Order: sequence, then C-alpha cells, then structure tokens
Amino acid sequence: MMQKAEMARTVDAFSPARSRDGTPPTDTSDPQYFHKVVDCQYACPAHTPVPEYIRLIAQRRYADAYMLNWESNVFPGILGRVCDRPCEPACRRGRIEEKPVAICRLKRVAADNKGDVTERLPRVPFQKNGKRVALLGAGPASLTVARDLLPLGYHCVLFEKDPVGGGLMRSNIPAFRLPAKVLDEEVDLIYGLGVEKRFGEAVTSLKAVIDEGFDAVFVGTGAPKGKDLNVPGRAEADANVHIGIDFLTSVAFEHVDSIGKRVVVIGGGNTAMDCCRTALRLGAEKVMVTVRSPRKDMKASDWEIEDAEREGVPVLDNHNPAEFLVENGRLVGVRFDKMRAEYGADGRRKLIPTGESVVIECDDVLMAIGQDNAFPWIERDIGVEFDEWGMPAVDRTTFASTRPGVFFGGDAAWGPENIIWAVAHGHQAAISIDKHCRGEPITERPAPGANLVSQKMGIHEWSYSNDYDNGRRVPVPHADQVTALRNIKVEVELGYDEVLALKEAERCLNCDVQTVFEQPKCIECDACVDICPVDCITFTDNAPEPELRQMLRTPAENLEQPLYVSSDLPTGRVMVKDEDVCLHCGLCAERCPTGAWDMSKFMYVERQAAPVCQRHLDAYLD
Amino acid sequence: MSYIAKPIARHPKLKRNALGLTHRDYEGAMSTLCAGCGHDSITAALIEACCEIDLPPHRIAKISGIGCSSKAPTYFIKQAHGFNSVHGRMPSVATGANLANRDLIYLGVSGDGDTASIGLGQFAHAVRRKLNMVYIVMNNGCYGLTKGQFSATNDRASPSKKGAPNPFDPIDLCQLAITLGAGFVARSFSGDKAQLKPLIKAAIHYNGFALLDVISPCVTFNNHAASTKGYEYVRAHNEALDRVDFVPLENEIRAELAAGETRDVLLHDGSTLRLNRLDADHDPEDADSALTAIRSRAARGEVATGLLYLDPAEQDLHATLGTTARPLNAMPMSELCPGADKLAAINAKFQ
Repeated sequence: MMQKAEMARTVDAFSPARSRDGTPPTDTSDPQYFHKVVDCQYACPAHTPVPEYIRLIAQRRYADAYMLNWESNVFPGILGRVCDRPCEPACRRGRIEEKPVAICRLKRVAADNKGDVTERLPRVPFQKNGKRVALLGAGPASLTVARDLLPLGYHCVLFEKDPVGGGLMRSNIPAFRLPAKVLDEEVDLIYGLGVEKRFGEAVTSLKAVIDEGFDAVFVGTGAPKGKDLNVPGRAEADANVHIGIDFLTSVAFEHVDSIGKRVVVIGGGNTAMDCCRTALRLGAEKVMVTVRSPRKDMKASDWEIEDAEREGVPVLDNHNPAEFLVENGRLVGVRFDKMRAEYGADGRRKLIPTGESVVIECDDVLMAIGQDNAFPWIERDIGVEFDEWGMPAVDRTTFASTRPGVFFGGDAAWGPENIIWAVAHGHQAAISIDKHCRGEPITERPAPGANLVSQKMGIHEWSYSNDYDNGRRVPVPHADQVTALRNIKVEVELGYDEVLALKEAERCLNCDVQTVFEQPKCIECDACVDICPVDCITFTDNAPEPELRQMLRTPAENLEQPLYVSSDLPTGRVMVKDEDVCLHCGLCAERCPTGAWDMSKFMYVERQAAPVCQRHLDAYLD
Repeated sequence: MSYIAKPIARHPKLKRNALGLTHRDYEGAMSTLCAGCGHDSITAALIEACCEIDLPPHRIAKISGIGCSSKAPTYFIKQAHGFNSVHGRMPSVATGANLANRDLIYLGVSGDGDTASIGLGQFAHAVRRKLNMVYIVMNNGCYGLTKGQFSATNDRASPSKKGAPNPFDPIDLCQLAITLGAGFVARSFSGDKAQLKPLIKAAIHYNGFALLDVISPCVTFNNHAASTKGYEYVRAHNEALDRVDFVPLENEIRAELAAGETRDVLLHDGSTLRLNRLDADHDPEDADSALTAIRSRAARGEVATGLLYLDPAEQDLHATLGTTARPLNAMPMSELCPGADKLAAINAKFQ
C-alpha cells in the first residue's frame, strides 16, 4: 500500500500541498504545548520548573536550585519531605522503566545544601502601599499569599488560633517526617518579610474581621474538622476513641505523650499512616491499620503505606468498622464486617459485606476517615454564599467568594488537598487580591512567561546532559529503625547525600529540552527515525488523529500525550512525533544533516503577584 | 558521529518477533557515518527486515570490503558473524565462507567504489558463480571517505559538488548483474523503506545470487541540487516498476489484490514473493524485458526501481558443484581428512 502511495507522491512531489482531513500541524507557539511535554512541571500545581532545578542540583548549584523552588512553591524544604508529589506519577521516566525520578527527594537535597540564601530573597519596600490584607489561618495558603503580597508593600495581618504558625504542616504532620527546624526556617522566612501576627486567638466572626477595615480578606483556615463514625458503642467507648487529626495535633503540641498498648487505626489515607506511626512512637506495641476498601483503592500514597509497613504496621483491607466493643465501661475491641468490592459496568465500586466479621482487640482507636470544612464563624448574611453542604462558593480561577474582597484558598476552598495545592491557590489568590486592591478586574489573569532557547554548543555537543543514564531509582537512606521508633522527633528519612543525589539527578530525562522540528529544513532522509531509541518519530501520510496514532512506528496509545505533527513535507507526508516516551536524548537532532531538529530548552513561568518574588525564574526569560 | 551511545531504553510496547526479539535487538554499534547518510537508512531497513522475518542474529554473516558502506556492518546485528575484508575482495571472502558453511545467511555489504571499481572483477565472478548471498551495494556515486570524487556509478549528467563535470558514463550494476546471470536483481532507494524492506526479505530468502543496488545519497558530497544521486532527485525521478510483498512460509496467502496485476512466485523454501506490477510492459522474469525497462528509464533520466529481474530457477553454487550438504564445521575430522591411504587411492586413480 505504502509504495503505491509513494508512487503517487513522486508524481506530484513538488506540487502544492493537497488539502486533506489530516491532523492539523501542531502550534508550538502556544506555550501550553511544550509545557505539557514537561510532564512534571505541568502536573505540579505551582508549575515548579523541575528539570531545570534537577539540572542545577547536578551542577551542585544548590542555592540556585533552591531559589527556583522557593519562588515557585515557597516551601522547598518542607515539600522536599512531605509533598504529595503529583509530579512523580506524571514523570516520563516512569513510563520508560518502573520508577519515576525521585523529584521530591531531590528538592530536599537543594534545601539541605542551599547554604545562606538571605541575599537572594526579595526586599520589602520601606514605603507601604497603604493597603491592609487579613489572612485567616497561618497555613501554607495564607503564608503564600503573604509572601506574594508583602514585597508589593501590602500590610498583611496573619490570624491563627494556635500560638504558632504553619497550620497543618505543624499540627498534622509528625516531626519524624518533618522536623520543626525545617518548618520553622521556611515559615520564618515569610515572617521575616514583615507580617503582623495575631496568633493564639481564634477568629469567631468574619464580619468582625471585615469591620476592621481590611482592603481584602483571605480565608485559609483549612479543613480542620476530623470526621467521626457513628456505629454502636461509639459513645460508650468515647474515652478511647480519638479523631486522628486531633490526636496528631495534641501530640505535636505535646499535650499527649502516651497511648494504649494495642491501637487500631481506622482509615486508609495519609493521616492514617501518620497516626499509626505516631502511635508506635508513643509506646504502642501492636498497631494496625484497617481500611474499608481493597488495598489498591486506599487513598494514602504508596510510599507512606510502605513506610508504615516497614515499621511493622500491618494494613488490613476490606475491614468495615461495625461496632466498638465496651466492657466495664472501657473499650476492649472493634468488630469489623469483612467486605468485598464489586465493580459495576460503569466502573463504580460497591462494597458488599461478605457476612464474615472479625473482632480486633485494642485499647485505643484512632479515626482517620476524612476531614470536613467548618465555617461556623462566617456569618451567612454578609454576602459570602455557601452551598447546601456548607462549602463556600469560590471561583476556580480567581479564588474569589461571592463577596468582593473576600477570597478563599487551600483546603478551606474545596476541601482537603495537600500543601502544594494550597501554595498554588495562594499564588492565584494573591494576584486577585492585588488586582482587587488596585481596582483592576480580577478576571483578567496575567499570561505566563515562556522561552525556547537552543542548547546546541557544537556539532554533537549540547549544554545539557543528554546521555541516557540507565540507573534505577536510588532509595533514600533511613535512620536506624530502633532509634527512630524510640524518639518521635528523630527524622526517619536521612535524605540523599551528594553522591546519591548526583546519581539520582542523572536519571532525569530533561523533558524541558524540547525536540523542535523545522519543517522547511527537512530533506526526509529518515536519519531521525532510524536513530530514535524509542521509535517515536514517523514520517507518514496524514490522517485524522485517531487513525494517525495507529499509523505510527509504535502506535501512540497513551492518549494523554500529544502528537507533534509537522506541516506537509515536499513528499506530501508529515512528520509525526509521539511525545509519550521521548528520552530527550537529542540523537534526532545530532543525526539530522540539515538542522531540521534542534534541542531547545523551554522555560515556562507562571505569573505571580510580585515580580520581585520570581527574579530567578524570570532570569530564564531574558 | 555522536559522542553518546544510543540509549538502551526502548519503547515499552515495541513489537516482538517469533524469537521474542525486538528490532532493537538487531542493532549494532552507534554509526560513525555522517548525519543523514543514506547508508544508515539502509542499515535500519536491514535491522527491521531481519527482525521481521525472525532471523536468529547468530545465523547471519556480514561481510564487507572498504569504504563508507563497508563500515556499515558494524552498525547492525552485533551478534552476527562479521568479516571486514580487503578493498573490493568481499566476494572472495563470502565465497570461501559460503563454501565452508552453507547454513549461514550471507549479507555482503559493499559500495559503488568497492564493487564497480576495485572489486568489479570479484563482483562479476560471484554473480557468474551464482553464490547464494545477498549482495547489497550502498550506491552514492562518489567516494565519500576520500572527499567525494566521482565513482564509476555516477551518472554522466551529474557534476561534482563544486561543479566539475563527469566525463564518463556510469556502470549500471543491475544491468551488469542481469547480463552475468544473477538470479535476483533489484534496485531501491534508501529513502523508501516501504519498498526496500520487502526486497531485503525476499533477497534473503532467495536461493542464489541476489543483488540489491540501493541508491543512498551522500549528504556530504553528493546531495547537491545537480546530483542525480541526491534525495531530491531520486524522489522526483523514482520509477517503481513493481511492488513486492514478501510472504513468509507460515502465513497463508489471501488473494485480496486485483488479479492480473499481481503474481505470486513461490520460492524454494516455501515462502512467497507477491509481485504487484506497476508497469505492464515489464516482465521481471524475462531478462530482456528487464534490461529494456532499466535502459528506457535511464534514457529519460529516471531511475527504475523495484524487483527488476527474477530467475525462478534459483540456482546456486553448491548445487552446481555438488558439494556436501553439511557445513564443514559439522563434519567429523575423519571425514574432513580421511588420511594418507585415501589420498593415495585418489592419486592412484589419476596415474
């Protein structure tokens, strides 16, 4: 078939391109195209330029790597330990071999080795702009808003019910995962920009705050209410049944320092993992995690489950709590109904009791089955609208509530997420607050900055490490388990040392160094097709995208990954590159005799409120 | 050449052949030829063809002479046997190896200099003896290793990169091979793998001498606007006379193409060549017709490609000489060297 087509082509090879219903050429002038190729950065809510900071780590430029992080995600040291890492499941490496690059732990390396970065931080103007902003809740969302607004001259007042700031990063994340020193350092950086703190007093009325005459109010109070479970025996067992996040808070503030010998944790999320590991450190001897659903549906991150299991905590799945058993007024165990999951034709899961039930004896129960928002302190008649579930109506882009000047972000906006989302919300809310205070329409959002720069240094030389490193993911060294379990403040993960970090950094595929194709230069010699180690380039007749995907050297079955399609070549064919598993090794560009392929570094900078907070990022756009 | 090795990472969904191998398992070392060299495309076509017809890599012998083309065996099927011989002497080495072990598949890789100049005599006799091999000429019309002087296959109308005219007519290796008695003669273009790959597969399965004359642009010295061996010229003047599909033994043949244009040729090993003729006047089983087709195209400045000539008789040197069916390395010493008494008896017969 091909050859007949080939024949026809030779006849009118140099006639003008025929019109067909093919896939249109890719518009690479839209910054979102190449941005999406940088899977990690695209997946990061704060759009941290991951490959660039990993490259800086590989060059041992830790402070530079730290600053790119700090400018994007505000808490690199914290996130380098406890981030939910949406970047890692997205990492292209994970589609080529088993495991993605340890992006999160490399971030920690930058933070651990940064040295003194004081000189690089933004300066706060002496002359204020006269606008006052109230930030409710001193968690990551509010702190991000403060970081973005203070350098613009805003007067920011940070309200917090606890005596110290940090929000759930302090109260809900145990110190063995996030040492207070690390948390304090990055929170203090923001305090250092001159925020006014009103700590230790809970806000009981939003109206009262507004009445103080703030130009804008940001609600970043999180989702502070742990869910309870109403099954028989709950009331009778109350003394020994604890809400997980309240328990973690009490431990964090040292109000609680012991627990029963046998502990059952109910719930399968990351809070449950923190609860069981905290219980072990408070002296519990037998701790188990029970979860209603099958293990594969658990909400906790795989690595957090692994960490709990490594410390000897079994995870019992398909266990639905049915009754708290109380004898002589004291909790003696929990009865569970065993469940079985069935999936309907629509893929929806139904948990069905198997009829079997088991009793697990225990002294204490920790319940980590979810969190709710709670806004009893927001009056319902001040123009801030709530839906039937008690959630505020918040705009997805501007983070504005229905009352002008009141904004929501972090878990307070749409329920529990994780820190990196709160940071992303904070950046966007800060833009809105700034525009609101200037009297500009908040719906007009600033365009991202983007830049594409050739990395060619010589005939076969690139200014990035294009040689594919076949190494497997480097495990992070852990502290001795006996010591770690004895002291709740001993950090379990030791982090990479320099040798391990440099090894892991080489695994990064440099997805920000883009394969850029210039159709007019191509002579269709096939050199790129022949050299490509992952068969991602094809020269073919054009067709509508679904068919085109099947016509490639290896069918492009990952529909989430775009095809890079050229305009018509002299033979009437098009170049199609499946971005899915490209190694960004640059061999297509090295083997191209005419320079039709080039490796160009793509930098994408999401705009924030204060340009002075992103000087390191913006330097790449010059 | 590139400084980095080709990454060993491969597409996780790469197709595997009957041996469980992917085409990446048929690769060789990283090419040191110029970027964009046609030879690398021929190499890639060889890699894919050998993979797709499930050839065990260790049953292949790659033999070459001297030149850019003759470096190419390094760049494919690294597990195969290989012999990089003297300039123009690839046919002698291939003949020796083939006589000693007829069970291997012989891929001779040569260039237009190696074949049409210094090795022309060797080439002629390998064809004449009908040695069972695939003789691939990576034909770029110039001496790339020595700065692009004209080779004997360069067309008279094709000047050098600097504009110097070529005073001589070319040697057409396909015409020469047909005249000398080759059984399988095809011409193709490095820029058209859809045509080249089935021809390689068919040539490998053909029992006898198979010539593949593959026009392979030299991007450095012979890919300029006036060259008749450049990508642009060959694409514009490529006249495919037929289209070949190779159907391996185990695949059932389904008659789905229009009758009349299509002819199936059963090869001795049970596989089939499905020939779809694009030029009704060209009969590939008739040498005169083939020669006429080539000459008439050449006179118009066109390049006839496809399977130009096929002798279904599939004669080969072993049959002609009546040699043993077993490779010499599979024979016990007692048979290979029967001893002084036996020699004396043979000598006695001639006294």
